[in-house]
Amino acid sequence: MSEEKMMQIFIMGKAYDVPVGVTIMDAMEYAGYRFVRGAGCRSGFCGACATVYRKEGEYRLEFALACQEMVEEGMHLTQLPFTPAPRSSYVLSELDADENVLLQHYPAIARCVSCNTCTKACPQDIEVMDYVQAALRGDLKKVSELSFDCIQCGLCSMRCPADIKHSHLAQMARRLYAVTQSPEPDHLKTRMSELAEGIHEVQLDALMKMNLDELKKQYAARVIEAEGEES
Amino acid sequence: MSRKKTVSVENFRARVEELSGENVFACYQCGMCAAGCPLTEEMDRLPSQVIRDLQLNDITLLDSNAMWVCASCLACEVRCPKGVDLAKLMEALRQLHLRKELDHVSIDEMSQQEIAKLPQIALVASFRKKTG
Amino acid sequence: MNTIPYFPGCSLKDTATGFESSAQFVMETLGLRLQELERWNCCGTVTSLTTDDLMHHLASVRNLVRVQDLHESELVALCSMCYNTLARTAQRINADPVERDKINQFMDRESSYEGTVEVRHLLQVLRDRIGWETLAQATPITLEGLKVACYYGCTLLRPKEAAIDNTEKPTIMSEAMAAAGATSVPFPFAGECCGTYQVVDRRDLSIERSFRVIQSALRAGANVIATACPLCQHNLQEAQKELGHVQGLADIEIVYFTELLAAAMGMDPQRLPEGLNVLIQQTAEAQTGWGGS
Ligand code: SF4
Ligand code: SF4
Ligand code: SF4
Ligand code: SF4
Ligand code: FES
Repeated sequence: MSEEKMMQIFIMGKAYDVPVGVTIMDAMEYAGYRFVRGAGCRSGFCGACATVYRKEGEYRLEFALACQEMVEEGMHLTQLPFTPAPRSSYVLSELDADENVLLQHYPAIARCVSCNTCTKACPQDIEVMDYVQAALRGDLKKVSELSFDCIQCGLCSMRCPADIKHSHLAQMARRLYAVTQSPEPDHLKTRMSELAEGIHEVQLDALMKMNLDELKKQYAARVIEAEGEES
Repeated sequence: MSRKKTVSVENFRARVEELSGENVFACYQCGMCAAGCPLTEEMDRLPSQVIRDLQLNDITLLDSNAMWVCASCLACEVRCPKGVDLAKLMEALRQLHLRKELDHVSIDEMSQQEIAKLPQIALVASFRKKTG
Repeated sequence: MNTIPYFPGCSLKDTATGFESSAQFVMETLGLRLQELERWNCCGTVTSLTTDDLMHHLASVRNLVRVQDLHESELVALCSMCYNTLARTAQRINADPVERDKINQFMDRESSYEGTVEVRHLLQVLRDRIGWETLAQATPITLEGLKVACYYGCTLLRPKEAAIDNTEKPTIMSEAMAAAGATSVPFPFAGECCGTYQVVDRRDLSIERSFRVIQSALRAGANVIATACPLCQHNLQEAQKELGHVQGLADIEIVYFTELLAAAMGMDPQRLPEGLNVLIQQTAEAQTGWGGS
């Protein structure tokens, strides 16, 4: 520990010395912060750890996932663990994909000024403005394809001058596209029928019969997919 | 008048002139704008009265419905013998409200059925002219 | 085939697909293909009119950048509101290096806009680049007997700097109609407002305005109104639906001007509005004296 190289960062305005070469999340924990909210998967998938920062001498705000981005000397940062953006409610099977359905549920789409601020904020490198624009013209396929990597961190919506709820409208578009336009994938069909036939019943029954200690042992001994391995 | 402070009486006219880039004293009240405006029946002040009230720095103009009824058709603009662009004055008056988030169209209150009938072009235009 | 960069606009991809398909057919027939920009965004539909509000011009400038990236200097629009918004922004930003600079600095992920792109409406391209004679030669099916009220509305004519023709006495659309063999009937409301975006929160108002436009066309003896804007088209059709009981109102067809040209060029009637096909048929029968009404 003593040989570890250290550097200074600022968390919500207060200076801390943290180790070099760790993620923002690790640095914050090192500095004594405990994540009650604002952390989930710790692997860049859940979108809970949205972070805003500025680097010394730079005019731009930058955006990142705390669990993915490395801390840098002189970073001034804060977390934005939650974006207030209530979802529209709908019954998927009752929607008509031919109408301007996204606009009906998220009319603020029509306020987009094409400033591209959302795209600049996205830690997933998504062309967010382009999917909002595709949503405006009712192109479900394009919205689905462009927004596929969205992890709903909400940073785009926090930045948007038009108050658009990007991730929610994109999710709605993907669901609608999946149900109404895209072909049902074969592997999903196979899997669904396997499940219906009950291929996992035996294992599930065994688990149900275990007591707590046995369950804990099983959990500790579980095989974890290796990092970065294609499944 | 219950509204956020959009502008004070001291700088009302100056602010409108600044936002619109128009000189309200260029107008000599010929009434051409009002004669050609397609929507005067719906306005509580005629376009020519709007500019007259600006000359007089009458801040109650902010409560007039004229700016919201104006459709930016520019009939007034092409016909004004003095080259005044009244549509820009209407826009400046709208902006004084919209920049304080005093929207004239409430997106939250629009029903899905209403929106379903409208082409995008109508929504984009309306939100740009009537929400801030 | 020669091509020209083309900006469709949102409504042409959704509520006004007939406008686009007929225009594409017309231009293919004339040997100048409309090449849709690969990436484009909503033009903004209306021009922001305040001196300091550059934000609302970003959308249009971004589209101009796409044209510049193609090493082109001309962009054509069909929708008259798109045309107007793009053209006005181009005029303002092309002429003002200071504002251009501000916008370029803001849009620093795009290539810097040099201020060289000009925006045209399809009617201008037909008049100035194709020519009425060439158009006339490409229309084997005559629309003779059709009485067209050419409805311009606001955005093709105003302001003067963006007008595609004389603001008070435009003839460009009737010239196009004449080339296709149709008669255009002058009517006083050709440049009056349809009520435009007021349809969103003041539907009463747009219905009333549009009603007057249709009545004016009817009184002038027209049996079809030609439009160049999905919002005019929408508002006129809504008025027609709502007040169809008023004498004659339901009898007039409201179509895009490109649909008339496409019909004259022999586009598959199945891809054209049903009412227009019937009208053309009836008119042709009346012309040749085959009974008809
Ligand atoms: S699109 Fe928005 S919500 Fe989705 S990942 Fe990007 S910034 Fe986050
Ligand atoms: S930040 Fe909002 S207004 Fe700007 S491009 Fe994105 S969606 Fe449009
Ligand atoms: S037309 Fe021009 S000069 Fe005449 S009243 Fe209107 S603004 Fe004034
Ligand atoms: S721009 Fe507005 S004020 Fe001027 S004529 Fe049109 S509706 Fe009337
Ligand atoms: S904790 Fe899940 S993305 Fe960072």
